[in-house]
Amino acid sequence: MHALVGENGAGKSTLMKILYGMQKPDEGTIAVDGDKVTFSSPADAIVRGIGMVHQHFMLADNLTVLENVVLGSEKLYGIGGGARRKIKEISDRYGLGVRPDALVEDLGVADRQRVEILKVLYRGARILILDEPTAVLVPQEVDALFANLRELKSEGLSVIFISHKLGEVLSVADEITVIRRGTTVGTAVPAETTPRQLAEMMVGSELPTPETAESTVTDKPVIGVAGLTVYSSGAVSLGESSAGLLMDEVNRAEVKKVLDDVTFTIHAGEVMGIAGVEGNGQTELIDALIGTKNADSGTIAFLGEDITPWPTRRRRESGVGYIPEDRHRQGLLLEAPLWENRILGHVTETPNAKGFWLNPKGAQEDTRRIVEQYDVRTPGIDVTAASLSGGNQQKLIVGREMSHNPKFLIAAHPTRGVDVGAQAQIWDRIREARREGLAVLLISADLDELIGLSDTLRVIYDGRLVADADPATITPEELGSAMTGAASGHLEHVEDGDVEGAEAAPEDEAR
Amino acid sequence: MKKFDKERVLLAVAGPVMALVAAILLTSVVLIASGKNPIEPYSLMIEQAGFSDVQVLIINQASMYYIAALAVALGFRMNLFNIGVDGQYRLGAFMTAVVGAHVALPSFLQIPLLLLVGALTGAMWAGVAGVLKVTRGVSEVVSTIMLNAIATSVIGYLSLRDNFGVLVGDNVTTGVMKESGWVPGIDLGADVGEIYGLVFLAVAVGIAYWVVLNRTRFGFDLRATGESETAAAASGVNAKRMVLTAMLISGGVAGISGLPLLLGDAHTYSLSFPAGLGFTAIGIALLGRNNPGGIALAALLWAFLDKASPALDYAIPTPYEKEIATIMQGLIVFAVVISYEVVRSWGLRRQQKRVGEELAAAAAQNTKKEVAV
Repeated sequence: MHALVGENGAGKSTLMKILYGMQKPDEGTIAVDGDKVTFSSPADAIVRGIGMVHQHFMLADNLTVLENVVLGSEKLYGIGGGARRKIKEISDRYGLGVRPDALVEDLGVADRQRVEILKVLYRGARILILDEPTAVLVPQEVDALFANLRELKSEGLSVIFISHKLGEVLSVADEITVIRRGTTVGTAVPAETTPRQLAEMMVGSELPTPETAESTVTDKPVIGVAGLTVYSSGAVSLGESSAGLLMDEVNRAEVKKVLDDVTFTIHAGEVMGIAGVEGNGQTELIDALIGTKNADSGTIAFLGEDITPWPTRRRRESGVGYIPEDRHRQGLLLEAPLWENRILGHVTETPNAKGFWLNPKGAQEDTRRIVEQYDVRTPGIDVTAASLSGGNQQKLIVGREMSHNPKFLIAAHPTRGVDVGAQAQIWDRIREARREGLAVLLISADLDELIGLSDTLRVIYDGRLVADADPATITPEELGSAMTGAASGHLEHVEDGDVEGAEAAPEDEAR
Repeated sequence: MKKFDKERVLLAVAGPVMALVAAILLTSVVLIASGKNPIEPYSLMIEQAGFSDVQVLIINQASMYYIAALAVALGFRMNLFNIGVDGQYRLGAFMTAVVGAHVALPSFLQIPLLLLVGALTGAMWAGVAGVLKVTRGVSEVVSTIMLNAIATSVIGYLSLRDNFGVLVGDNVTTGVMKESGWVPGIDLGADVGEIYGLVFLAVAVGIAYWVVLNRTRFGFDLRATGESETAAAASGVNAKRMVLTAMLISGGVAGISGLPLLLGDAHTYSLSFPAGLGFTAIGIALLGRNNPGGIALAALLWAFLDKASPALDYAIPTPYEKEIATIMQGLIVFAVVISYEVVRSWGLRRQQKRVGEELAAAAAQNTKKEVAV
């Protein structure tokens, strides 16, 4: 089992694409079992026994596992009994526990991943490439995945494994290759390496840690959410508005609640972290807070004012900052120059506008300031946002949001896809603003980041805040079990309303 | 910074130039295939453009194309495809003609009133599509196409002699407009013709288009919505209101696009009033890249092809079919769509690469700092 680690943009994905025939190398060779090969498409790679499990699953939700597996390779074992027997056989042999007749839409993330692995094995792969397989899993599921992978290894298969998470890599890999800026900077044997050494190889410099210093939590509530409930319905996008109109007539009990009676308060100087597996209501919570989706019931109070009916623009003008979870979709105009991106979201505010008129000069000047202060690496402010790397895009967004002195900041995955250097800078900025009384809602899939930055921790599961924890004492594993819902039963709404991070005991240990 | 500016100019020009070259080449292929001289028609047409009476025709025609294309471009800038410009234009011109024939105010009131009538009629017609999209999610493409057909019937009904129709010879008109509503043109002599006074309106609309889009908050919101609906929503743009407003403005502009002809020359809406202007305008807006300067050039080019081509029929010694110009217009639209997409993605990739290179160079000088490229 070989692991490949490197910063974002180091070239891991490109390398994997080349190995799987999705991209052609300009120079150099690939050898499989000693033979030099050239792939012109993934089909060639499959023939040579190379299979890939993508980070984003490629499954048809409305088909069964069996149908998904045979799709595209009907010739191998047919589509009926033969295929089912083969799936059973593979599943049993490697302990995957896949049920061929289950509908994919009913499966959880971990199960889907096993289906993906099975799909690859079904096609006769002897070498598996897994692209960040643990990114979507909670710690317990990660352990199960690793058990599966060890099973594969013992059967003589090879696994190439891409990951950011160094602890995992060290625990599971036999050999590690570190790449940086497109070249191999070294290989390591797990037994002789610590995560820190590995990380330093990755970035080539000293490492930061997300640690909050002394508590700066005050007793002044900035944002208060009470009984917030949102039903699943058409999105706010154009063309789907009819769904909203119909909502009143539909029996609400039959409609899924994507947010169910969510209540919390964040004080000035407090960072509240929300942990949860993606898709458990985080997106809807953000949408409700920023105002792109309306609350079906419940209230949102901001500095004592009820802002529930306010439109997005008014919320932003009054001091709600927003670092969106998907910066390409929500945070940037990719084909517009940086200074126009600096205006985005703050078009009515100085220095971007003078009354009704836009103020390009002011915006450009301020963009230069942000580029300088936030160390956005760019040759100028007239290049398009798309030409910056992810980390620099994110720094620009953080700089933009911080420039308007927000009182409440929604930070969704603020360091996702950002290299380690930029990560530390972003953490510093958040901490700095927190000292000055900023209230932050932090949503992140990176449990270390959550635990390190937050003053208070909440766990969201299936639209509910099911548990809370003290970041000073909790471990990622404990948090992980609450994220799967395992520790939710007796933790439901243990505390209503007021949460002071310092006093809350790690509830998860009650299990 | 200079370098990137030059780059942008290059990218902006590359698309249309590639499209025109491709269209000319393909038209020549058509000419060769039909056994004709592949060069001569062009020189004949260019010769035509040297005559001042043809130049006046071109400018007059271009002014109408320009306004209508701006209406289309405004929708394009926020990903709205207003195919209904044609209906809005015809209905706007028709209502203006009717009001102009029945109301007689002094000129300084009459002309603004007529402009307002045209704009409001167009806005109302486009607004129907806007309301449908915002409340029921009806695609504006479908609804505006259907509104075009309805506009034809509405005009037909209102032109009945029981309503506003007046028979002149065997042509159904709306009656001659009161003279206070006529806009005087620039008379260049009897054998040259007259440039419509409202050509200046076209220029003013073009300037207003640029100012609103690039220098106002509203324009920024509109462009942001066009570039990324999700980012615009997160930035606080009310998408529905934006759709409706953009539709209304687009329709309003479309509604006055027939007025240079109506107030400057025709003075009545009749069966011979040109139809299809709104469809031509779509091609012009595409060729002009939704940019007011580019659209002006595109409108002039289109008008040139229109007005210079009839002479081909009478060319001596060999006549050519004037439809060559139509073929060329069609090919231009095709080539434009393809070449812009090619240039756009090429430009983005190129810039990404350059930014990467510059940063890598900077990093090499300053080895202490790490760069994420």
